[in-house]
Amino acid sequence: MKRYIVKRICISAATLLVILLILFLMLELMPGSPFNDEKLTQSQVALLNAKYGLDKPVFIRFLNYVKNMLSGDFGVSYTISKNTSITTLLSTRLPISIRIGGQAVLMGTVVGLILGLIAALNHNTILDTLTTVISVLGVSLPSYVFALGLSYTLGYQFKWFPLLYQQQEAVKSSVLPTISLAMFTVATVARFTRTEMLEVLGSDYMLLAESKGLPGWRLILIHGLRNALIPIVTVLAPLVVSLMTGSLVVEKIFSIPGIGSLLVTAIQSNDYNVIVTLAFIYSAMYIGIMLAVDILYGLIDPRIRLAKEDDYEQS
Amino acid sequence: MSSHNKETVSFEFKPDDFLMAENHSIGIDRVYPAQSYWKDVLSSFLKNKGAAAGFIAIVFVIFMAIAGPYMNGYTYNEQIIANQNLAPRVPVLEKWGIMDGSETMSTSTGKVTVNRYIDSKKTTGLEKTYYWFGTDVLGRDMFTRTFMGTRISLYIALVAVLVDMCFGMSYGLISGYFGGAVDNAMQRFAEILNGIPTLVIVTLLMLVLKPGLATITLALAITGWIGMNRVARAQVLKLKEQEFILASRTLGAGDFYLIFKEILPNIFGQLIIMSMFSIPNAIFTEAFLAFIGLGVPAPLASLGSLISDAFKSFTTHPFMIISPVVVLAVIMLSFNMLADGLRDAFDPKMKEM
Amino acid sequence: MNKDKVLSIRDLSISFQTSAGEVNAIRGVNLDLYQGETLAIVGESGSGKSVTVKAIMGILSGNGKIKSGTIDFTSRKSGEEVKEALLSYSKKEMRRRINGRRIAMVFQDPMTSLNPTMPIGSQIMEGMRYHYKTNKKEAYEKAVKLLDLVGITEPEKRMKSYPHQLSGGMRQRVVIAIALSCDPEILICDEPTTALDVTIQAKILELIKEIQKKTGISVIYITHDLGVVAKVADYVAVMYAGKVVEKGLSEEIFYEPRHPYTWGLLSAMPDLNTDDEVLYTIPGSPFNLLNKTEGDAFAERNRFALNIDYRLEPPMFQITETHYAATWLLHENAPAVSMPEALKERIKRMGEEVDLRGGE
Repeated sequence: MKRYIVKRICISAATLLVILLILFLMLELMPGSPFNDEKLTQSQVALLNAKYGLDKPVFIRFLNYVKNMLSGDFGVSYTISKNTSITTLLSTRLPISIRIGGQAVLMGTVVGLILGLIAALNHNTILDTLTTVISVLGVSLPSYVFALGLSYTLGYQFKWFPLLYQQQEAVKSSVLPTISLAMFTVATVARFTRTEMLEVLGSDYMLLAESKGLPGWRLILIHGLRNALIPIVTVLAPLVVSLMTGSLVVEKIFSIPGIGSLLVTAIQSNDYNVIVTLAFIYSAMYIGIMLAVDILYGLIDPRIRLAKEDDYEQS
Repeated sequence: MSSHNKETVSFEFKPDDFLMAENHSIGIDRVYPAQSYWKDVLSSFLKNKGAAAGFIAIVFVIFMAIAGPYMNGYTYNEQIIANQNLAPRVPVLEKWGIMDGSETMSTSTGKVTVNRYIDSKKTTGLEKTYYWFGTDVLGRDMFTRTFMGTRISLYIALVAVLVDMCFGMSYGLISGYFGGAVDNAMQRFAEILNGIPTLVIVTLLMLVLKPGLATITLALAITGWIGMNRVARAQVLKLKEQEFILASRTLGAGDFYLIFKEILPNIFGQLIIMSMFSIPNAIFTEAFLAFIGLGVPAPLASLGSLISDAFKSFTTHPFMIISPVVVLAVIMLSFNMLADGLRDAFDPKMKEM
Repeated sequence: MNKDKVLSIRDLSISFQTSAGEVNAIRGVNLDLYQGETLAIVGESGSGKSVTVKAIMGILSGNGKIKSGTIDFTSRKSGEEVKEALLSYSKKEMRRRINGRRIAMVFQDPMTSLNPTMPIGSQIMEGMRYHYKTNKKEAYEKAVKLLDLVGITEPEKRMKSYPHQLSGGMRQRVVIAIALSCDPEILICDEPTTALDVTIQAKILELIKEIQKKTGISVIYITHDLGVVAKVADYVAVMYAGKVVEKGLSEEIFYEPRHPYTWGLLSAMPDLNTDDEVLYTIPGSPFNLLNKTEGDAFAERNRFALNIDYRLEPPMFQITETHYAATWLLHENAPAVSMPEALKERIKRMGEEVDLRGGE
């Protein structure tokens, strides 16, 4: 297990370094990057040169860059809000995005698990079909379709929830975005739970547990769900990716002042420094979550946790 | 205990009953009508209504993508400013009161129904004009634009499959087959690439290159193959220790012969399913990019950019968003259902459950 | 007969609804199990042996339907006789009153029959904790004792092990320990040794025998391996196409078989002393239970089939007080047909071997 964790951490660190290298090279080489922006005044260029040590060799500059990025010094924004430090820009936006994303993951996983479980336990009944239809719809429709649908009906026509995000009504205005974002997670988790649970329910050890005479809840939760959950953990990482992509459009539709809408604005107004910073933050979050999922996977599966130190290689 | 030995059968024995039976076909092993693997797959695929429906829908969408843009007189980039924001109007349906070119507008005085094709007070010049799906803010025909956009989505689907099949599959096969250091290096590389969110890769690519179809294709090529690589590798690991591979190897088969002639045909089913599942993903990615303004440049349109444009006048003219959303949903749904059906047909484990 | 009946199956018929149609898996089975004895149910795959015991446990899969019959279980654990009609219980009641507690089961494949994410200690303790509300400490002690009983060394250390850390033979021992944890009165072993290597097979069989001696538990074996039957069974039932075609004491089945199918099974047993170049096989393939039966299901594969076999299913003929066979050859009008010479030879040889080994 120790070796497994160390290996995961090494890969994560390597990935992060590769990303930093790509970002660094882009800033260095790209014609449109802030370092050779024609609009910069002489003093600004001098300031940048001093700050990033542009006169030093590439390798040292890279090390400096890594140090800056990791310590949260992302430089300043150029076009969105001139000369504001990106750290300040992020300080209000990041928490909002993380909160809505977190709510969506939570809601998606819980609702998905329940739906999947219901479908598996009522296999080949109308409930099963209904859940399958919901989950196929959920993975087939982009989250902005849900967002648009919800904002048109519940927001525009019924006026139950605000159409656009309002800071003073944070809870009420995050309901629709959370649901829109969560739909994909609900559908994927439900589909996966159903398949895995059906496989577990048909397994020999469930038959043995049944022949032991254990009560129904214990069969389903302790022997069934626990084993079905292990593979489900593996779909969480791809789900995070879809949440990130989804957050871009959902934040745009509901005008949520989060990092997703910031990225969209940055792309549209060519604010390279902001784009690069957000690329770094998205990657870092993703890598962190992947690492957490991998370690979690190891923890809940004794076959990995207790594997002999050199035969853990997953196949 | 003797309850079941005294059978009280009211059965009349025939005289020859207790003679040895002559000429019955003993020793002939009955051969059940054997179904070949592919026949089996085909029949269980056809039995799956969802998959068949998905397949038919895909064929229909492909047909519409090819023929749709030529079905009426309009072209995708012809702007008729006078005809902007017209609601859908379809010849036969209009008599039933639906899609008759009228739309409900919310004004400060309340809701009013407006029909800009026909006006009882004056001639509009549009009495004989039909826009089946309406027009957009620049007066372009939505029907033609929707199916032009469908072409882009289908092109993306094709790219996804090609990337999966050419690159992901070979990468996984080779990595899994050779194992050891090769496998280790190849998988670490894939893992690191996989650690970078697609969103980031695409965004960065867009910075370097111009937004457009070529860039999206490249982005898909960079990220699309990793899932397929994993599946292919896992399948090879399972197969390569089996006897038939060993047998072939002892007969002197070379590595690439083994990989592509012996292993590949055995895992092709799984790989097809996997590539089917990557299609919706790729279409998704394109639709998202288009929505945030990184799609194909105007006046070209993809479904994503149509939705994005229509979103701007969403509360006033909601009809504009309906056609691209519906077509996109149909494409996604049918590919998902097709992939599900294929998996069920190929995967005998799921049979009879 | 003065032996005590523990389990009595009467006229049991079960069918399964499949996409291809209704499969009549069990067609009127009668069986008895006596206190402290071992009943072996023998037959090819698909003969209905597993379905029979799953019906006893109430764990038939969802598409299975019991069409007729009764299963009566008589418990003498508390000193007095309590009769329970198992088929009248719901699945829930079965789990609460019978499964694990009165009747326990050992499955075929130990590699897949243990929960991979639960330590084996907990899997053994689970049943006691639930059925008898045993406290944690007592359950733990008993589990350690059971592991010791089934021959696992360092039982305390093994309690925390997960199934993947044990070998196949060890896992099957654990499964047996789980089955024994609630002191059941009947142990059902569904091909308990099929998935194991030959050397371990013998050890597991001996283990079960030993446990039976110590605890007086009644055992039902399901197997297609007559070698196993010869080693363990007191009473044998031979099943074909969902029916019991011959049943009797172990010696009767091995030395005086009367049904042509049993002859076939015995002839098909591989044996070191056989000089024949070719191993005998029963011709044809197992009966397809999707087909309606007219006459004897075995007729088509039977070298000794009579004309009537094609028209009417044979009833059970009684041969001795304990020995029954369902074949028209036993009818008074039937021609005198006796078993093939080669088989006679073989049986004679087997008898001699047993004598040599001291009548085991």
